[in-house]
Amino acid sequence: MRRYLSSASVVIILLILWEVIVRVFAVPKYILPAPTQVIKALYIDYNLLFGHSMQTVFEALAGFMLAILAGLALAVLMGLIPSVKKTFYPLLVISQTIPIVAVAPILIIWFGYGMMPKIIVVALVCFFPITVSLVEGLASVDQDMVKLLLVMGAKPWQIFKIVQFPGSLPAFFAGLKISVTYSIMGAVIGEWLGASQGLGVYLTRSMHSFLIEKVFAAIVVIAVLSLLLFALVSFFSRLIMPWYYQKSPWQG
Amino acid sequence: MQEHTGARSFASGYLEVKNLYKTYYLPKRETGSIAVPTLEDISFTVKKGEFISIIGPSGCGKSTLFNLISGLEIPDKGQIILDGKEIIGQKGHVSYMLQKDLLLPWRTVLENCILGLELQNVPKREAINTANCLLADFNLSEFAGSYPASLSGGMRQRVAFLRTMLAGRELLLLDEPFGALDAYTKSEMHDWLAGIWPRISHPTVLFITHDVEEALLLSDNVYVLGPRPAKLKLQLSVSLQRPRTRKLVVEKGFIEMKRILMDSLFTLG
Ligand SMILES: Nc1ncnc2c1ncn2[C@@H]1O[C@H](COP(=O)(O)OP(=O)(O)OP(=O)(O)O)[C@@H](O)[C@H]1O
Ligand SMILES: [Mg+2]
Repeated sequence: MRRYLSSASVVIILLILWEVIVRVFAVPKYILPAPTQVIKALYIDYNLLFGHSMQTVFEALAGFMLAILAGLALAVLMGLIPSVKKTFYPLLVISQTIPIVAVAPILIIWFGYGMMPKIIVVALVCFFPITVSLVEGLASVDQDMVKLLLVMGAKPWQIFKIVQFPGSLPAFFAGLKISVTYSIMGAVIGEWLGASQGLGVYLTRSMHSFLIEKVFAAIVVIAVLSLLLFALVSFFSRLIMPWYYQKSPWQG
Repeated sequence: MQEHTGARSFASGYLEVKNLYKTYYLPKRETGSIAVPTLEDISFTVKKGEFISIIGPSGCGKSTLFNLISGLEIPDKGQIILDGKEIIGQKGHVSYMLQKDLLLPWRTVLENCILGLELQNVPKREAINTANCLLADFNLSEFAGSYPASLSGGMRQRVAFLRTMLAGRELLLLDEPFGALDAYTKSEMHDWLAGIWPRISHPTVLFITHDVEEALLLSDNVYVLGPRPAKLKLQLSVSLQRPRTRKLVVEKGFIEMKRILMDSLFTLG
């Protein structure tokens, strides 16, 4: 906890400053609510926010899982078969230039207002960082380790299992950490365009009623949820790669 | 020492390297590339169970020779025959300890040690038992469950050495296996080798080193390579009685052989 002390104090100082400015200049609530007003909104709408959050988190996690599965499959294929990489890597990059906000309405036309389009939006957002990081991870594995296993008479799948896959895990988890923080945002974007439940719905409703303190409350919830998911991925990364977090004697 | 079996390996050596040539090509910024002739007409024969040390100036092509024998690289010309069979470009015949230790960071020391056995489908229990015995011999028992990141350079090298020994092939290629060790630990490793060598049906060893005394203490034959492109400059048969100990290094015969090797190393061409 102590290592977050300096970050926490910066946040607290900023919040106090914000509160003071809003009060001193009497900024109206519909322009910028004070932190205390946001906290009040959080308190009042606690149950409502909780319900919406559950929906959003479910969509985010489902989409994230989908992205992991698809990313793993594609990245492994690209990592193992050079021609697949040559063909699909540029396409993958091009696919990223398509704006998600433009695709989301189409998904709603295709899949309706249920959960499906939201999950797909999340998966689309998360897919790219996961796949790219794993592909790069596989490509940057120490080739001398591969040689060592070749000399030992290992077969290609054994080399993959023993060297290439474990060696690319740190990059893979780096990609997971980036994409998991996008996942909640992706779900919220999906909900914006039409849904009956979820933080995106809460956001649009508050926006339309000019309840700006509730918009801020939703932002806070989204940030906290993203942080929690990030912590979850960090936990798994420590669980799966204990060797990666071990300090060398010369690192002190 | 194991006896020769079969007429084929009796007539010739166990490992035969014949007229080996290897040139690397470094890409140049503009067009074409620069040729780096590295091995030139290398020939030698090794008998089964022999311990051969190879010494030569840095960059002369010692590691290149091992890369060819292990099948990682293909020579431009020449033959490499192991136990009567041509093995150019074939992997899996030898245990090769590369110059870098190449321990897998995601495997514990013990798991690194049993890598070769695992690939040969030796039952895990058996592999672990064998590895544990050797770890104890090397004073590494307490680190069996640690990851390589928490080991010192010398410890890592000893684990890599152990992994190579455990892979259990008939031919070992050791590229400066004790290069990162302090004089004391190195001497311990020599004693360990000297101790087990007569007791086991030991493998045939090619051993690269920069340490002339080490070469003399361990080997049956020492090969001196000249500067790149490497040619075999000298083959010295080491007729010292085994088991050999540190004490030998001050004896007259030993010093005489050391002088011959040093002379050969330091004369150009
Ligand atoms: N893959 C490669 N591509 C191009 N040149 C290479 C390659 N491998 C080795 N060489 C060159 O071949 C020469 C011999 O290299 P090698 O690694 O065999 O030397 P060495 O005798 O093992 O040296 P050291 O004692 O320093 O380890 C060097 O000049 C090196 O630059
Ligand atoms: Mg070398």
